[in-house]
Amino acid sequence: MKLPDIAKFTGRRVLLAVPMVLGVAVVNFLLIKAAPGDPAQILVGDYPAPPGYLEQIRHDYGLDQPLAIQLLRYLGEVAQGHLGYSFANRQPVATLILERLGPTLLLTVTALTFASLLGIALGILSARRAGSRIDAAVQVVSLAGYSVPEFWLGQMLILVFAVWLGWLPAQGSASLRSGIAPGMLERMSYLLLPALALSLRYLALIARITRAAMIQALSADYVLAARLRGASETRVVLAHALRNAAAPIVTIIGTNAGFVLAGSALIETVFGWPGIGRLLFTSISQRDTPVMLGILLLVSVTVVLANLITDILHQMLDPRVSGG
Amino acid sequence: MRRFTATGTGPAAAALVLAVLFLALLAPFIAGDPFDGGADALLPPLSAGHLLGTDDLGRDIWSQLAYGARVSMLVGVVTAAIGLLIGLAVGATAGFLGGWVDGTLMRIGEFFQTLPRFVLALIAVALFGPGLERVIIVIALLSWPQTARVVRSLFASLRHAAYVDAARVGGMSDFRVVVTEILPNVLAPVIVLGSLDIATAILLEAGLGFFGLGDPDRISWGTMLNGAQQYLRTAWWMAAFPGLAIALTVLGFNLLGDALNHALDPKARRA
Repeated sequence: MKLPDIAKFTGRRVLLAVPMVLGVAVVNFLLIKAAPGDPAQILVGDYPAPPGYLEQIRHDYGLDQPLAIQLLRYLGEVAQGHLGYSFANRQPVATLILERLGPTLLLTVTALTFASLLGIALGILSARRAGSRIDAAVQVVSLAGYSVPEFWLGQMLILVFAVWLGWLPAQGSASLRSGIAPGMLERMSYLLLPALALSLRYLALIARITRAAMIQALSADYVLAARLRGASETRVVLAHALRNAAAPIVTIIGTNAGFVLAGSALIETVFGWPGIGRLLFTSISQRDTPVMLGILLLVSVTVVLANLITDILHQMLDPRVSGG
Repeated sequence: MRRFTATGTGPAAAALVLAVLFLALLAPFIAGDPFDGGADALLPPLSAGHLLGTDDLGRDIWSQLAYGARVSMLVGVVTAAIGLLIGLAVGATAGFLGGWVDGTLMRIGEFFQTLPRFVLALIAVALFGPGLERVIIVIALLSWPQTARVVRSLFASLRHAAYVDAARVGGMSDFRVVVTEILPNVLAPVIVLGSLDIATAILLEAGLGFFGLGDPDRISWGTMLNGAQQYLRTAWWMAAFPGLAIALTVLGFNLLGDALNHALDPKARRA
C-alpha cells in the first residue's frame, strides 16, 4: 500500500473514531444523570441545610440548567481533562487516575506482550502439526484458558506459589520493608503472578486465531512456491506464512488491548496491585461515582483508540484489504 | 447428530452442561439450605456431613455450589436469549433492508461493542443497586452486536439468493420471505453464538459477584469467591470449588458452541 493511501485511510478512520468517543462521553453523562440520589444533596452531605442552600448549590453547579446545556458543559469539561472531583479521596479524579496509570500499564502491557508472544508461538506450533497430539493439546489448553475466570486463576496462583510453595509474594507491587527502592528482580517477583493470571485468557484467544490463520497461510500457493525454491523451513514459516497471517493476529491482539485493561480490574483486586483496577474497586465500595465514571471513560476511550490503531495496522498488513 | 458426537467434544460438552443443569434443577433435593450457618466455620472438605467443607460462616459449600448453579444458569440462558433476540431483529433488519438503515444499525452495534462490557456492568450495578434482573439486562444490552453482525451478513448474502427471489416472484410478502425462507438458514450460526454468549454471561456475572455486586438474596459462585479472597491462606476450599464450578460450566458451553459449529456448519462438514 502506498503512503498517501495509508494517510487517507487513517484520516477517515480518525474521523470515524470521533463520534465514538463523543458517544462514550454521552453514555457517561447519562449514567451520571440516571444514577439515583440528588447530586446537590450528596454534595451537602447529611447535615441539615438551610432552605435555599440546596437551590443555591444547584444553581452554582448548573444543575438547574436544561439537560442539553449540562451535557455540553460536561463535554467541554471532559475535553479539557477535567473528570470531576472525588469527595472520598479529596482529589480531582484525573489526578487520582493518573497516579495509578503506571502500575496498571506495567501489568497490562506485560500480560499482553507475554500473551502475544507465547500465543503466536503456540499457534504456529499447533498449525504446523495440525491434527497431531501437540495440536490437540494446544487446542484443549487454549479452550480451557478461555473458560477459566481470570480472577480465580489469580487466587489459585496465590494459593500454590505464594501460600503453599512460598516462592513468590501474594500481594502488592513491592515490599514495604524499608525505604530502599525495590530492585528489578523484586519488582519482577511481584509482577509475575498477576501478569500470568491476566494473560491466560488472551494467550488462549491469540493461540486459537494464530492457528487458524497459519493453517490457511501454510497451505497457500506462495508457501508451496517458496518451499519449491528451496527456502529454509524457518524462512517459509516466519517470512512467508506468518507475514501473510499477520492481519487477523494483529486484529485480535488490538481489539482485545482495551479489554485487558478491564480485566485488570479483577486481577488488581485479587493481588492488591495499586493500579486503576483497584481504584475502581475501592470507588465502587465507597460509592464514589465521579471516579467510577472517570475510569469508564478512560477504558472506553482506550478501546476506541486501540481499535483505531488496529484498523490502520490491519490496513497496512493485509494486501487484500482495499482502500475503499 | 453424527457430526456432533464425532470428535469427542460434543459428548464432553453435553455431559458438562447437563451436569450443571441437573445441579441447578435438583438443588432442593440434593443439597441443604445454602444460608444455614449451623455448622462449625471453616471445616475442611470430607468433614462429616460436609463433603466440600464449610465457609467462614459455617455454611455448607456443596449446598452453596448447588444453589449457585441456579444463578449461573439463569443469568447465562436468559441473557443469551435476550441478546440473541435483539441481535436477530437488528441483524435481519439491517441485512434485509440494506442502505442507510444497514449503515446506521451497524454503527450503533459497533458503538456498543466498543463499550467495555465488564466495567460498564460493574458501574451500572454499583449505581442502580444489585439485583439479578439488572445484571441480566445490562449484560444482554451489551452482548447483541456480535449476533447482529453475523445475522446481517447472512441476510445480506441470502437476500438475493435464487430461491429467495423465486419465493418473492411467487408473490410472497417480504415478512413471510424473511420468516419462512431466510430465517431457517440463519439459525444454525445463531445457536452456536448463543452457546458462546451463555459462557460469556456466566463469566461476567461471576466477575460482578467477585466485586461484591452479586444479588445479596442469592448465593452465586462469584459471591462465594468474593468471600473466599480473605481466607485464601486458611481455607483453600472456599476458593477452589466455586472457581472450578465456573470454569467447568463455561468450558461446557464453549465446547458446546464448538461442537455445534462443527455439526451444523456445511463447510466444516466437507472438511
